[in-house]
Amino acid sequence: MDDIWIIILVLAIGTYLIRFSFLGIIGDRPLPGWLTLHLRYVAVAVLPGLVAPLVLWPAANNGEPEPARLLAAGAAFAVGMAFKSVLGSVIAGLVTLFVALALLY
Amino acid sequence: MERSAKTVFWNGFRDAIPFILVIVPFGTLFGVVGTEAGWNVAQVMAATFLVIAGASQFTAVALWADNTPLFFILLTSLAVNLRMAMYSAALVPHFGKAPLGLRALLAYAIVDQNFAMGTKKYEEEPDLTWQEKVAYFIGMFVFIAPFWYTCTYLGAVFGAAIPESFALDFATPILFIALIAPLLRTLPNLVAALCSIVFALALNEVPYSLGLIIAAVIAMVAGAQTELWLDRRSMASNG
Repeated sequence: MDDIWIIILVLAIGTYLIRFSFLGIIGDRPLPGWLTLHLRYVAVAVLPGLVAPLVLWPAANNGEPEPARLLAAGAAFAVGMAFKSVLGSVIAGLVTLFVALALLY
Repeated sequence: MERSAKTVFWNGFRDAIPFILVIVPFGTLFGVVGTEAGWNVAQVMAATFLVIAGASQFTAVALWADNTPLFFILLTSLAVNLRMAMYSAALVPHFGKAPLGLRALLAYAIVDQNFAMGTKKYEEEPDLTWQEKVAYFIGMFVFIAPFWYTCTYLGAVFGAAIPESFALDFATPILFIALIAPLLRTLPNLVAALCSIVFALALNEVPYSLGLIIAAVIAMVAGAQTELWLDRRSMASNG
């Protein structure tokens, strides 16, 4: 079997087991209070860190900061924070990105 | 109950609509990148159906194209998905009462988008039953998944024609910012997000995406401690 299929199958099984881990093993047993306290912050602890390097050092620009992407990220952030709207924030980000790309390049 | 779960399912379906803006470019891009790297359409589609975790799929293709040894391709790609163990744990309070078979099915459906949107909804509406929470989660997935599969396929077949000037790479950061920004109006969330950013940037060079995992753990503790500190402060001022 060639390497690509091994990658796909191992990655598929491993990723499934990661997703299933706590949900499958722990099930209905109550989680301790300190754990649920921390788990409330998982999303807000992972996603900003995932995004920050992509905003500052986009691979599409060889890892160098790029003004259109910075402006788009700023616009998405400002609109999302001000209006608490996910869709509004996405639209603000994408419109800013395309306008800035068109004006700058 | 039955009727309510059905309503919540369609709420999830509808709330997932904005995700088109990221799923379409992201799925398409994976199709393009995968086939251009030398994977055939069957392999690209198998990854998209079975792994269904975009960031790790991109990682695997890039490392494979770079002639990385098999073991490190697998290690790094799986490390990118470790965050999903935290998602899995965070969903236990919501889905824990569901039967094992249903939880096994739900595990396949955990992606960044419905996790972020789902936990936001469950926090805002704590009265939802577990059946309603499951219905909402599945509703989002049922909307998202067909776009993901279809766009990957179209990208794999027609991708070479899309110009680079579309900056498809930046759809994902914008979507994640859109999901997080509305949450930052509470102090613990704001502290957690700032820690996450600062440490993820500082530890960016740490291999295998471990920097992100470390940053996330620090940010999680910082958010929780801020919440405890606020509780103590309000108790002190009330007592």
